[in-house]
Amino acid sequence: MVYSFPEEVLEYVFAFLSSDKDRNAVSLVCKSWYEIERWCRRRVFIGNCYAVSPQIMIRRFPEVRAVKIKGKPHFADFNLVPERWGAYVYPWISAMARSYPWLEEIKLKRMVVTDESLELISKSFKNFKVLSLSSCEGFTTDGLSSIAANCRNLRELDLRESEVEDLSGHWLSHFPDNFTSLVSLNMSCLGSEVSFSALERLISRCPNLKTLWLNRAVPVEKLASLLRRAPQLVEFGTGACSTEIRTDIFSNLVEAFSGCKHLKSLSGFWDVVPAYLPAMYSVCSRITKLNLSYATVQSPDLVELISQCSNLKCLWVLDYIEDAGLKALSSYCKDLQELRVFPSDPYSAEPNVSLTEQGLVTVSAGCPKLQSVLYFCRQMSNAALIAIARNRPNLIRFRLCIIEPQAPDYLTLEPLDTGFGAIVEHCKELRRLSLSGLLTDRVFEYIGTHAKKLEMLSLAFAGDSDLGLHHVLSGCESLRKLEIRDCPFGDRALLANAAKLETMRSLWMSSCSVSYGACKLLGQKMPNLNVEVIDERGPPDSRPESISVEKLYVYRTVAGPRADKPDFVWTMDEDGALRFS
Amino acid sequence: MNRILGRRAILNFIYLMSPPLLDVEGGGRGNAPLMSSSASGDCISQSGSGLKECNFLGLSDCSSVDSSAVSNVCGENKNNLNFKATELRLGLPGSRSPERDSDFSLLSSGKLDEKQLFPLLPSKDGICSLMQKSIVSGNKRGFSDTMDGFSEIKSSVFTEGKWMFNANGSDSGTPQSVVEAKLAGNAGINVILTNNSSGAQPSMKKEVPTRAPKEGQNKMNGSNNNSSAPAAKAQVVGWPPIRSFRKNTLATTSKNNEEVDGKPGPGALFIKVSMDGAPYLRKVDLRMYSTYQELSSALEKMFMCFTIRKCGSQETPDREMLGENKFKDLLHGSDYVLTFEDKDGDWMLVGDVPWGMFIESCKRLKIMKGSDAIGLAPRTMEKSKNQN
Repeated sequence: MVYSFPEEVLEYVFAFLSSDKDRNAVSLVCKSWYEIERWCRRRVFIGNCYAVSPQIMIRRFPEVRAVKIKGKPHFADFNLVPERWGAYVYPWISAMARSYPWLEEIKLKRMVVTDESLELISKSFKNFKVLSLSSCEGFTTDGLSSIAANCRNLRELDLRESEVEDLSGHWLSHFPDNFTSLVSLNMSCLGSEVSFSALERLISRCPNLKTLWLNRAVPVEKLASLLRRAPQLVEFGTGACSTEIRTDIFSNLVEAFSGCKHLKSLSGFWDVVPAYLPAMYSVCSRITKLNLSYATVQSPDLVELISQCSNLKCLWVLDYIEDAGLKALSSYCKDLQELRVFPSDPYSAEPNVSLTEQGLVTVSAGCPKLQSVLYFCRQMSNAALIAIARNRPNLIRFRLCIIEPQAPDYLTLEPLDTGFGAIVEHCKELRRLSLSGLLTDRVFEYIGTHAKKLEMLSLAFAGDSDLGLHHVLSGCESLRKLEIRDCPFGDRALLANAAKLETMRSLWMSSCSVSYGACKLLGQKMPNLNVEVIDERGPPDSRPESISVEKLYVYRTVAGPRADKPDFVWTMDEDGALRFS
Repeated sequence: MNRILGRRAILNFIYLMSPPLLDVEGGGRGNAPLMSSSASGDCISQSGSGLKECNFLGLSDCSSVDSSAVSNVCGENKNNLNFKATELRLGLPGSRSPERDSDFSLLSSGKLDEKQLFPLLPSKDGICSLMQKSIVSGNKRGFSDTMDGFSEIKSSVFTEGKWMFNANGSDSGTPQSVVEAKLAGNAGINVILTNNSSGAQPSMKKEVPTRAPKEGQNKMNGSNNNSSAPAAKAQVVGWPPIRSFRKNTLATTSKNNEEVDGKPGPGALFIKVSMDGAPYLRKVDLRMYSTYQELSSALEKMFMCFTIRKCGSQETPDREMLGENKFKDLLHGSDYVLTFEDKDGDWMLVGDVPWGMFIESCKRLKIMKGSDAIGLAPRTMEKSKNQN
């Protein structure tokens, strides 16, 4: 009987449960297990900051040590979400400052963080250890100064891809002289030069430093000095490597790298002069992750480097690698799991490099462990997609961006329905898919039929009619996030599958054909959803109901309509009336 | 699968019961294309008029801009063109007018060294080939007349149910070019107002994807590629899906490398723009423009749209928006100047240095009241002298 089992024992057992899914399942067993579990949950992940309120989180989980919160929809990365949309972190910080004095970790993604928030963090949590701001914005280097000066036990400061107003590099000098706990520092998004001597001293006195991603402003001639002070580094990101090569710089670099016996990941390489690359050859055999996506280096030099990385698991690279380079990759790097190829010149009409679908086909054939792909290219064929699907049924993430919208199969001029159909049919574990090229409703029929594990789907310029959306919403059982732009999907499929939306985290539709009337209806019928209309033309009431809204963001929530909406967002609520912020 | 469908069908039925909107059988199987319904016609003309409201250069009710503002936007030798282009003479393929031809031969002699704007159509529709000949830099200039003419185009052509993008009509010449220029300009609405998708946009884009496959235009791709000269692509907002961080990095990288063939570097360069009195910032991509005129007119439109829209609506009186008086000031061009902050943190008047130099040093833009900007101009000149 459950009564004969002391709480302390259960608590001890639950402590071994780290996954949220397991903990959620445990909470549902009975009331006492719910109570025990909620008191000992230490980590909370909030996938949508508006799905729940800070108060609700704090009420249920009073002893949290680590939170991870995501804000804006993914399409905000591509400027589709207007500025001032929301995702402010301050209310969360202020609530947690009162209720979680022992908070250690805050990880945020796509949220607006102000200097005020950063200062509050730095002063409220005595044992604060980890601050990760991924793709965030709204703060300046002054906020970083507060963190550096006040967080005595800070271990991680990660600012990856955030937009920081860079007032000066002085913030780094705010780390006190007796501060030695740093384990990870990612300042790659910052522009200003930090005091190099302060950086050197910081690195010297932090013996546990494992991750160091410098920013562009650190010149290549200073790298050796840093590496010599931190030979224990596991992840290293260089600054710009663009100064003309000199023998002494080069030999210093070679020596410094050879001292780094634990390096597994390299990044940075902005504007790298190819002649510097051989300085890294000594570490290549241990490298598992290589981010060359800022390196404007041509294929032969890339191949030289990659051919030495026999343990490579993850490669991010520009399309300078070309089909030839990908062929080399597929023969040298048999452990490859993730490949991302970014476009070097996406806006020109003509290809500037010889990278085609063939490169991806070759890698899919030669790398048996490949599971995650992000590939930008200018041409694709159904045959290639079918080959990739047959070669790599173990794919988990497949994101293909054919640069020209609605480009058909370049060989047959047909839509790419059958190609993507093959992907979903063969890759039964597929969790994330992004489509591009010319696509009709048929591809959605394939997806609805086969993609049973699909959790995230991104669509652009695809489909013919509501039937396409209906296939997806009715067929994809595991779907959590659906983001759509510029597709002819309208009211019918959305309303017919309204209940599905409560099983998903969110739905984004922009430049589609969903009418204002349908949005209102959805808001009325589904009280557990926030149906937010984003429209910069003014109140939707001032136009007929049949007019399509510009953008629609629907998400499930227990927190009700949000109170911080800007003037171009309207929540469709139960009364059918509009709410303004 | 059947069970799921059954459940869905029930839900369909529930939702179909109440609303006046739906008129389909359960399961969403009705496949009538949305495009041909009158509802979409309504959508189109409505959003056309929505566009109209935004236009401050001539046709809107709110504005009272004198023609000098318009000609400033248009540039020296293209004044006539813009006004002519706004007249409704187009839509039906095959209808020509000699005047138009001459106008467009003027245009085709324009330089090809900047990004063109073209609508979101697959090249198979025959648009691409014509776009190269049509307004180039004029696209950005043509933005204003596009806004002027757009509502008329839509009402005359679209609601008549005529689909203009006859792939076979690619040699029909001028009227279609004009249309495409209009639509190109319309796509330009998306581009220039980076965070502001216009009302016209949804109807534009939804038209295209549906029609093209239905008309079986798939085979056009090859032939059009052959006939067209290669040119820089237009930018659609958020496409290709590359993060700003990466785009800006690419842009900076290309700046460091030598420009090839004199064409501008790739990538975007997003700069924040603030305006005294406006409640929030916007962002512009400096690479979308090649002259100060273009930037200036785009900024005017960007900040104007909000002012006019708020003028029209009575909804939120407690909003901190530009009042009527300030708006009129803006229109008469009396009070505001464009300034920028350079790499050294100094604020200077925009327009004194060559465009290329400006792009390299501009960190952010600010639309200031003229009175606040006194004294900036001389420093600019000195500074550029020092830098040179």
